[in-house]
Amino acid sequence: MDCRVVLAQIEPTLGNVPANIDTHVREIRAAIDARADLVVFPELSLTGYFLKDQTSEVALEVDSDELGTIADLSRHISIVVGFAERGRDGRVYNSIAFFEDGELLELHRKVHLVHYGMFDEGRDFAPGERFRAFESKHGRFGLLICEDMWHVGSSWLHFLSNVDALIVVSSGPGRGVTEDESGLRSTHVWNKIHDTLALLYQTWIVYVNRVGSEDGILFGGGSRVVGPDGRETAVIAGLDPGRVEARLDSDALRRARVATPLRRDEKPWIIARELARLSSGAQPQP
Amino acid sequence: MNRLDIQPQLVEDILVRFLRVEAGKFGFTRAVLGLSGGVDSAVSCALAAKAFGPKNVLAVMMPYKTSHADSEGDARKVVTKLGLESRTIDISRMADAYVDTYDVGDRVRRGNVMARCRMIVLYDLSVEWRGLVIGTSNKTEILLGYSTQFGDAASALNPLGDMYKHQVYQLARHMDLPKAVVDKAPSADLFAGQTDEAELGFTYAEADRLLDLLVDQRYSPDELVGEGFDAEFVAKVTRRIAMNQYKRIPPVIAKLSERTVNHDFRYLRSWGH
Repeated sequence: MDCRVVLAQIEPTLGNVPANIDTHVREIRAAIDARADLVVFPELSLTGYFLKDQTSEVALEVDSDELGTIADLSRHISIVVGFAERGRDGRVYNSIAFFEDGELLELHRKVHLVHYGMFDEGRDFAPGERFRAFESKHGRFGLLICEDMWHVGSSWLHFLSNVDALIVVSSGPGRGVTEDESGLRSTHVWNKIHDTLALLYQTWIVYVNRVGSEDGILFGGGSRVVGPDGRETAVIAGLDPGRVEARLDSDALRRARVATPLRRDEKPWIIARELARLSSGAQPQP
Repeated sequence: MNRLDIQPQLVEDILVRFLRVEAGKFGFTRAVLGLSGGVDSAVSCALAAKAFGPKNVLAVMMPYKTSHADSEGDARKVVTKLGLESRTIDISRMADAYVDTYDVGDRVRRGNVMARCRMIVLYDLSVEWRGLVIGTSNKTEILLGYSTQFGDAASALNPLGDMYKHQVYQLARHMDLPKAVVDKAPSADLFAGQTDEAELGFTYAEADRLLDLLVDQRYSPDELVGEGFDAEFVAKVTRRIAMNQYKRIPPVIAKLSERTVNHDFRYLRSWGH
């Protein structure tokens, strides 16, 4: 892989798809001008996050005119966007789409909807049911949305699928302002997860979070790229909209995987056997 | 070190951003606040001054005839220090027109009337000034219900509502507010000699420590007693929190139809903005 990626840390407007399309077009054109290969937007980038009853009102079909605009631009650059997706089955999903060469190359529907604390996605969305890696002309990718990343099995499946890079998008609220760490605690927690999983999977991680505020809930930004050695190679600091470019390459993957061949030595068939046992209902209840 | 200690610069940045963004969605670039001479309203004014510029912030001092003379004096120090626009509206005649005419003697009722008179003034001036009413209630008093519903608890945006009293003090010192305001005993100043801590029956320091463990860290009341808190204090605080939930939510609507506002008609306030 040799991919110049742009992280577009934007501030979507709640429920205003036309305004958000304009923001996307502007960011995409800037990334095209910078000769990047791929531009990544946050979770629900076209719609905003705390949609509640607006969810079905702003949901877009994959072949809608709005996404057609994005698809057309993908003739010049590969694009990942987030949106409330109305499926053919009538359900609404929290989805991200990867467009390339004018076509939809991959769609991921958030599997691990989040409904605890301040979140209520289980009320508004139907969950996705699969994790699939795919080939782009810029490398082999796996797509994850926010809470998907907090369930370690999601990224582990992409690891088994030999992805070059995980693309993780979120609308993650910033929180935790006490003095035990400098900066938002939520940012430290995300960084720990990226650093650890990039190291264990020896893969690139591209993380794009949004900024802005919806009824007092501030989104934490902190978009960044982590290399297969677990080290950060690019970051957008602060809580403002911004963009940063990073290069994802195969050389770093090779070096990490030769030094510590974790994927080579993984034994998924043992895990599969144990999973079958644990999923059979035979195990004692905790 | 107190485990409640905040990173004051980070918090200031977030709250200034909050005021600017959330007011901006509704087309507002100005603010109106009641300034009492206490620490909470001083911090709210300081944040609003950073968010909108001091000349776009109208600080309103609203003494009643029994208010402590220091209150207005301390409020003036804040106005001068921050360079705010200010106005003094004496609410004595307004409040007395009701409480004297109808013989309201109970001091809690009289205090509530004063708080609600101040709310009327602020919301009226908000139209003239074309600014949003910015709140001054902190997390400790919101949880304890130590406020007047539709009185001092009323606002359009509240930057302090997720900060315990200890944290408000920290931010006040960080923002270099006048010493007189930061150092005096907290008081609603609704009757002579009133202090919050005497009225509540415990100190803010004790309440903050308990509330953090109970609310933020999700300790059970039994676990709190295990941590050394007096069982009666724990019971008193937990009861207050539950009893005052009504002050924290909009009026309850009786459901009749298939879709009822707030029950199953749910949108953010910034819907459409």
